[in-house]
Amino acid sequence: MNYKAFMAMLARDVRVARRNIVALLFQTFLQPLMFVFIFGRVMVGSGYMPPSYKSLLLPGIMALSMVGTGIWAVAMPLIGEFQFTREIEDRLLAPMDISWVAIEKVVAGTLQALAAGLMVIPFAWLLLRPGVDLSLHRPILFAVVALLVAVFSACGGLALGCSVEQTHIGLMFSLVVAPMIFFGCTYYPWSALANFPIMQKIVLVNPLVYASEGLRATLVPQFPHLSLLAVFVALLGFNALFLTVGLRQFHKKAVS
Amino acid sequence: MAAGIRTNELRKVYNSAPPLAAGAGGFSFAEKRSKGKQPKPEIVALNGISLDIHAGEIFCLLGPNGAGKSTTVGVLTTRVKPTAGQAWIGEHDVWKEQSTVKRLIGVVAQRPNLDFSLTAREILVFHGAYFGLSSHERNHRAASLLERFKLTDRADQIVRGFSGGMMQRLSIARAMMHDPQVLFLDEPSAGLDPQTRLLLWEIIREYNRSGKTVLLTTHNMEEADALCQRLAIVDHGRIIALGTPAELKASVPGGYLVRVRFGQHSPNLFERLQALSGVREVRATENSGADLYADRGGSLVSEVANLALAANIELCDVHISEPSLENLFLHHTGRSLRE
Ligand SMILES: Nc1ncnc2c1ncn2[C@@H]1O[C@H](COP(=O)(O)OP(=O)(O)OP(=O)(O)O)[C@@H](O)[C@H]1O
Ligand SMILES: [Mg+2]
Repeated sequence: MNYKAFMAMLARDVRVARRNIVALLFQTFLQPLMFVFIFGRVMVGSGYMPPSYKSLLLPGIMALSMVGTGIWAVAMPLIGEFQFTREIEDRLLAPMDISWVAIEKVVAGTLQALAAGLMVIPFAWLLLRPGVDLSLHRPILFAVVALLVAVFSACGGLALGCSVEQTHIGLMFSLVVAPMIFFGCTYYPWSALANFPIMQKIVLVNPLVYASEGLRATLVPQFPHLSLLAVFVALLGFNALFLTVGLRQFHKKAVS
Repeated sequence: MAAGIRTNELRKVYNSAPPLAAGAGGFSFAEKRSKGKQPKPEIVALNGISLDIHAGEIFCLLGPNGAGKSTTVGVLTTRVKPTAGQAWIGEHDVWKEQSTVKRLIGVVAQRPNLDFSLTAREILVFHGAYFGLSSHERNHRAASLLERFKLTDRADQIVRGFSGGMMQRLSIARAMMHDPQVLFLDEPSAGLDPQTRLLLWEIIREYNRSGKTVLLTTHNMEEADALCQRLAIVDHGRIIALGTPAELKASVPGGYLVRVRFGQHSPNLFERLQALSGVREVRATENSGADLYADRGGSLVSEVANLALAANIELCDVHISEPSLENLFLHHTGRSLRE
């Protein structure tokens, strides 16, 4: 690996992100915060939802923001740069193995996802206050879960971004990302699916379930949640899978 | 430590249409499903290319569209994996020692591939950073290259709004940014106005004088003639001729080419044409025409006309060309490079 080239590429991504910072902030936070406002504020305030829903919702929103940001931050540039513009070629010609170009994208996506996750909590807390009952008793576990979730989002972005053509971006979101979010236990805990036993089993193939439940387990442990062990094993497994698939697809796209 | 370029029997077979032309495709599982049904088209882009380009040489690949020039450059710059054969930059195997090779080469691709999120100066500076130049050095080099390519006044604008020729100039500047030993230029003068083209030729010559190897592709014979020390003519993924421009021109029988077309085909007339003094070779072409390779041009025309008149055959069309690479291409392939 070539440390200098790798860092230069990270610096390039930071430069581009800084240039687009306003659009980036809206894209990351607008949708989750609207959701927080409607469900956490309007619905709870008018009595359609119990007050405890506020606390239950927050980890899910954090998972959602992180995964959305990571996937978007890695997949969208890759799809574009491999297609018409071929922008990535200059980086593929940098003096290091091209796998590191992909890994740099994953690192940049992970950092963005972490930033999104850590920023959405205070925003949401401000919107929801009072009555949010977060407890950060196990900060290290929380940090590990957050990191795993961020890496998952970036690796997922890599796998998607290198498998989807530009013309199919819309399809990717409606066919892959949207179902993943709705069946990802973001707006409800996994235990809430107890009445739908078959679906409860099926959603376990959805990595977002482990992301939401993992954050729930470390932020609001008073609610029922999946065991942390299952969360760790599943997220590690998914990360390894997506990274492997993503790198393979990346090589296929990069070299003709 | 100038580096040469060598290839041995390079072959490249593409199994699918280029990704953009394909149109369909989409999710990768969709592709797999269709595999069994229709066989993928196979395109033989390179069919045994062996080259030995000396260190410090300006070498040119000349050929029509689809000849395999870009694919050759792609293989030599790690961007295309050859189906068979080897390629070396200096002593380094291109496929096995990619990082070392990438350090030695600078590449200008045929299609512009600038980083659209950055300004012209940033493109050069970040490129320098990828290659480990110190911050002082890369800023200094970027400034002088921008000046050299007359881009200083647009240096701090995002390149999305650049004209085609400006992008091309910036791509070339970027390839020179890390001072590579071997410079690849895939149709560098496409889209450049005549003045800028001359500037580019001057820059290429100057770069070469500092001991660097330059490989450029073109389908413009004047460019090959003016710029390169040796050239290879490529067609259908094969090298059909290789040498200095002068050698290649001299290898055409006679050197001059007189293309004629008659009202009707007559083997008898062809025999008489063959017997004219100075005519080395007569080849029948489409539409009862003939190509006469000869050591003289204009003076032949009246004699051909007289022969046609005597045989009572109409002479419809005459074209004379002086010794040129174009004649060479025509001699080898029966097709014109310009068509
Ligand atoms: N990525 C690809 N996938 C499939 N086929 C390809 C691909 N790239 C090139 N080809 C095919 O390989 C052949 C050689 O193409 P190449 O780009 O090397 O030609 P060229 O000599 O550079 O032509 P031009 O003068 O038009 O640039 C063509 O038939 C082309 O269609
Ligand atoms: Mg080409």
